[in-house]
Amino acid sequence: MSDPRARAAYLDHASTTPMRPEALDALTAALAQVGNPSSLHTAGRTARRTVEEARERLAASLGARPSEVVWTAGGTEADNLAVKGLFWARRTADARRRRLLVSAVEHHAVLDPAFWMAEHAGAELVLLPVDADGAVEVEALREELEGHTDAAALVSVMWANNEVGTLQPVEEVVALAHRHGVPVHVDAVQAVGQVPVDLAASGADAVTVSAHKLGGPGSTGALLVRRGLDLTPVLHGGGQERGVRSGTLDAPLLASFAVAVEAAVAEREAFATRVGALRDELVRRVLDAVPGAVLRGPADPARRLPANAHLTFSGCEGDSLLYLLDAAGVEASTGSACQAGVPRPSHVLLAMGVGEDDARGALRFSLGRTSTAADVDAVLDVLPGAVERARAAGLSSVAVGA
Amino acid sequence: MRVLAALSGGVDSAVAAARAVDAGHDVVGVHMALSRTPAQERTGSRGCCSIEDAGDARRAADVLGIPYYVWDMSERFERTVVADFLAEYAAGRTPNPCVRCNEHVKFAALLDKALALGFDAVCTGHYARVVEHPDGRRELHRALDPDKDQSYVLAVMGPDRLARSLFPLGDAASKGAVRAEAAARGLSVAAKPDSYDICFVADGDTQGFLRERLGSQPGDVVDETGAVVGRHDGAYAYTVGQRRGLALGRPAADGRPRYVLAVEPVQRRVVVGPADRLAVAHVAADAAVWYADVPAAGTACAVQVRAHGAPVPARVLAAADDGVTVDVGDAGLRGVAAGQSLVLYDGTRVLGQATVRATVSPAQLAAPGRAGA
Repeated sequence: MSDPRARAAYLDHASTTPMRPEALDALTAALAQVGNPSSLHTAGRTARRTVEEARERLAASLGARPSEVVWTAGGTEADNLAVKGLFWARRTADARRRRLLVSAVEHHAVLDPAFWMAEHAGAELVLLPVDADGAVEVEALREELEGHTDAAALVSVMWANNEVGTLQPVEEVVALAHRHGVPVHVDAVQAVGQVPVDLAASGADAVTVSAHKLGGPGSTGALLVRRGLDLTPVLHGGGQERGVRSGTLDAPLLASFAVAVEAAVAEREAFATRVGALRDELVRRVLDAVPGAVLRGPADPARRLPANAHLTFSGCEGDSLLYLLDAAGVEASTGSACQAGVPRPSHVLLAMGVGEDDARGALRFSLGRTSTAADVDAVLDVLPGAVERARAAGLSSVAVGA
Repeated sequence: MRVLAALSGGVDSAVAAARAVDAGHDVVGVHMALSRTPAQERTGSRGCCSIEDAGDARRAADVLGIPYYVWDMSERFERTVVADFLAEYAAGRTPNPCVRCNEHVKFAALLDKALALGFDAVCTGHYARVVEHPDGRRELHRALDPDKDQSYVLAVMGPDRLARSLFPLGDAASKGAVRAEAAARGLSVAAKPDSYDICFVADGDTQGFLRERLGSQPGDVVDETGAVVGRHDGAYAYTVGQRRGLALGRPAADGRPRYVLAVEPVQRRVVVGPADRLAVAHVAADAAVWYADVPAAGTACAVQVRAHGAPVPARVLAAADDGVTVDVGDAGLRGVAAGQSLVLYDGTRVLGQATVRATVSPAQLAAPGRAGA
């Protein structure tokens, strides 16, 4: 474990990934221009043109119409707008509809607004169970919808899970929910650029996308909202985005976002083939080299994100592994967010039925556009020793003397 | 060396970590999460347990350019420090939770995990000095600044753990000097207020905390003759030597102030009496830890029974691997409760530490056969 950082292997692309050169170019070029897209003068018109071109490019890349794009300051805001805005709109139209159905493995950006709505806005929260692979139980959704006729306001199920990479049965969820007249929101933050994401083809009513997960700038995202769907605003102010999302639009960020999405979608197949093969190799070699390693999420590579590998190592604490890997120049993640800075077993793994002890020893390796075979080698150089050491640290006290 | 710097979010641990970096060590910062439900912000003078403190620790690590991790020690802390604190008070003893934390968490769970992960030592912001002899023997000494000295709460760790500990602030001239150094280093915690209350007791209200966790257990307050002079809500809320907060309805016959002489939780009784009944001649203590050979009977030393108490001259009456009895003569030691930590010094050097089991008063020595607190 000598010579830390000489060759840092970055395997945390699902947290954020390097900006694409073309997105960086688009950003810096537009940053030099003055103009508020809402202004009527020439500078404003120029900025507006940048924003609207970006809207058209983003829409075209994701199977949406330009009018179906609502810009936001990132995925979390888009998720909040979807969960709160769609629930409120639906409930206002029909007071019986107060059940809010979200999968138990959603990102906190969906789960926490849902819990908030239950606590403050009269929502009846229903957490949809998942199977051992982390995929939503469609049967449970069917029973919920048939058992509570005309009571559901919204279903929110992510496209692909951010921790274990599981692709969700979006098509079945949409078909089922629509039979009961319930709109569906899909958080596709992790999916764009890795699997085909198309608003129209999916039938989903709202889809969340984020820029920085696919090589765009930070704090930039969008909610794609099917035409004609009522959405109650969450941010109030100057009335931008047809009154649904107030706030001055940032033309450079949006231009860069659109360029990044366009490139990610264009390169998707080649990316999935190349990075998927690297991921498969990583998983195979880790399972071979590390006793007690277990792959979490679907074993079938076609049922998970091509860039995601998620493993647990019994008897280890994830934070010990993170430290040992980082000290040796391998940057990964436990996959789950800290709560108040304190690492907690992942709600995703617990929902999948993984025991709390095993869930503590989780590592997510997420690959990206810049990943190479050398990164996989770096993991294998370090991980077996790190697991052994973390197990010693996790299991028992070590004698201090001598 | 690979050094794990414990970062509480306060100024001391941040400067200690900075000094460890300066000394050329490979330093990693770790903040111990001691509560499962941390408060958002610091309140009053509690240290280290809020989200704000964790953020301050992280910022200090960033300024120093060292990695930073949060380790969840909350379960261990609850089990070995908070539960012990409650059990000791419930049993009528007077625990020192900082001593227990050093014994079971900082220089045990944290140190063990650090060593297992490949670290050589743990560095903290405690004020104490480690003197190393050419033969490798290490001694624990008082800090240069007697006002900040924390050797009393560290003594419990023993020589083996001391060999794996760094206290870079032991030779700091004063807390003011440490603050100035923090400011000069660009550490934003330089002006952060000191913490001195028990970190897990909200608002510093120990009695309220005990009442909430142990429930109401009303009983009598009696004087040394057994006459009832008042009522209490729970004997656990009283400490031997305590004068304030007794709320006695009847004044003492002689008009002299009364102090808690004994706490008897089983009988739900608190005994009060005049100050002279608090005087202590002998102190017997168990669970001894020695930094060198067990001292011979007759060894002259100084003993301290409180974190901020003054040391008093003493003589070892008997000592063994697991316990010690000292004679403090008429040095004026008063109000020593079972459960307190007894630390023996030779000048600035710590000889050993043990937990007070019982005391003998001068009156009892004159009339043998009755045991004290």
